[in-house]
Amino acid sequence: MRKIPVLLLVTGAALALSACSKKAPEALPTPPQAVATPAPTPTPTPTPPPPSGPRPGSQADFLASVTSDRVFFDTDKYDIDDADKATLQSQATWLRKYPAAKVTIEGHCDERGTREYNLALGDRRANAAKNYLASLGIDPGRMTTISYGKERPDALGSDEASWAKNRRAVSVVVE
Amino acid sequence: MRTAFSIRFQILASALAALLLAAPVMAQLKVDVTAEGSSSLKVAIPAMPTQQVVDTPAGSSDALGQKIADVIAADLKGSGLFTPMGPAGLAAPSMGEVTAPAYDRWSGMGAEALVQGYVRTAGGDAQITVGCYLYDVALKQELTRQGYVVAPRDWRRAAHRCADAIYSRLTGESPFFDSRIAYIAETGPKDHRVKRLAIMDSDGANHRFITNGQSLALTPRWSPDYKSIAYVSYIGKTVRIYLYNVDQGKQRVLYETNKAVFAPRWSPDGRTLLFSMATGGNTDIYKIAASGGNPTRLTDSPGIDVGGSFSPDGRKIVFESDRSGGQQIYVMNADGTDQHRISFGSGRFATPEWSPRGDLIAFTRIAGNFRIGVMSPDGSGERLLTNNWQDEAPTWSPNGRVLQFFRTSQGEKGTSSIWQVDLTGVNERKIPTPVDGSDPSWGPLLP
Repeated sequence: MRKIPVLLLVTGAALALSACSKKAPEALPTPPQAVATPAPTPTPTPTPPPPSGPRPGSQADFLASVTSDRVFFDTDKYDIDDADKATLQSQATWLRKYPAAKVTIEGHCDERGTREYNLALGDRRANAAKNYLASLGIDPGRMTTISYGKERPDALGSDEASWAKNRRAVSVVVE
Repeated sequence: MRTAFSIRFQILASALAALLLAAPVMAQLKVDVTAEGSSSLKVAIPAMPTQQVVDTPAGSSDALGQKIADVIAADLKGSGLFTPMGPAGLAAPSMGEVTAPAYDRWSGMGAEALVQGYVRTAGGDAQITVGCYLYDVALKQELTRQGYVVAPRDWRRAAHRCADAIYSRLTGESPFFDSRIAYIAETGPKDHRVKRLAIMDSDGANHRFITNGQSLALTPRWSPDYKSIAYVSYIGKTVRIYLYNVDQGKQRVLYETNKAVFAPRWSPDGRTLLFSMATGGNTDIYKIAASGGNPTRLTDSPGIDVGGSFSPDGRKIVFESDRSGGQQIYVMNADGTDQHRISFGSGRFATPEWSPRGDLIAFTRIAGNFRIGVMSPDGSGERLLTNNWQDEAPTWSPNGRVLQFFRTSQGEKGTSSIWQVDLTGVNERKIPTPVDGSDPSWGPLLP
């Protein structure tokens, strides 16, 4: 069975996705050490706060810096609306700050489509996000796209709220 | 409409009538594969006797006689057209009775047809010979006889071919049981689903996993000669179409590109494949030699053109496009000329597959529920065969009389399974798989 030379981990992509969805709570809290207790003895030189937060230019830094790593679409649609533009503008700001960074834009669909059409639709959505970033001056050579169709949902329910979360294009920093 | 031979030949209105009238009228025992609500023919299938009990790698010869009868009965039952009696509960005939049935005994049990046979082998690795006889019980007449010589491990193929001979003789249709399915075996939670390429016989037996699940496998298609399976695989963030050689256990990339490629489809002669490729969000259908080389672009609409299925003569292609807004079904010549829409019903139409008989196109219709249906190649005579929350991606049996597809259930624990339905829409059943399944691809009759 191991003759097939195909064996890299797809779960890597899935792990990256689950990491994305946890971003808000993990990135935002500030380090607690500075304020709490009054210093009993005056220190001669104030120590600078220890370095904290994500490494600049990393995926974690991207998640902490941008409005969101993803934009959402209506059923069967792939147009970039005003909310999406604001999100992508924040991503473009970060990409300008780290000109060496590259991103993969993943296009996804809800489960209420046929498998192959959804692969094509996910590609359309990923490219819609990519094209808007390019229109903001981001070099297209820094952005690759991949479509997962309906194969990697973020929300698991079979309801409109879940489907709305799944019709998305997610930017992931290549590390 | 019931004679001593239980003839089922009902004249129905509309499309069914045309199908029926095209079939030859037979004077004897006859089962109609298209009539809705026909009662099923009672077929007695006792265990097959053996001249001498010897051991083979697949079990003793008398145990094989029992198992072969079991498989024949399961095949016929699964078609929905027959009510098998036995082999459990029936005494096996003597070797002499195989060719001279005790008709009164079988008619006394209500059997309309009788299947008998024998297993003969020298034992060990020697090939086994399986005899297969079909009788009309009321007429006391032999209807057909066949013999199969196979390796002991291929005993199920002898059983399927016997079931095929019976099905063909009684329905007037081409056979289909002796064939295989490639599909995607699914395990794990909905957001981290593991999808493996797997193959099995048409009844779910002889199941084998091909890939180990570390890559994400989708949409397999058997080559017409069963030597190769084309499928899509995600390895990390690289998506490719592979041709997997079943005998060698090796695979190669169909076409190397950094664009998104998916939806591989074989031509009937196995020399070329269609595939879909997205360029900057615009997906089109391409044709490429199975040996590789440069692809030829067949569609150039600004919308999504995807999939494709050749007519059996290889001259036309039915495919799916959203150039008019939503997904609809179109037909074009094999060189891409004369593209025209054939589906005009409400909702969307997807995943068209041309019947190997050429007379029908199967599809997924999306209007609320996802349903499997068929229509003529000119778009007329649409009939829906299933009604469930999400039935998707039909694939034809080798004789164009039965479809398999996959059914997905709702919710966080939603799963997929492979189902089968015939053209009446009445005979619907789940195909057993060791884990969940999707994307079935039904190959032709085995060579």
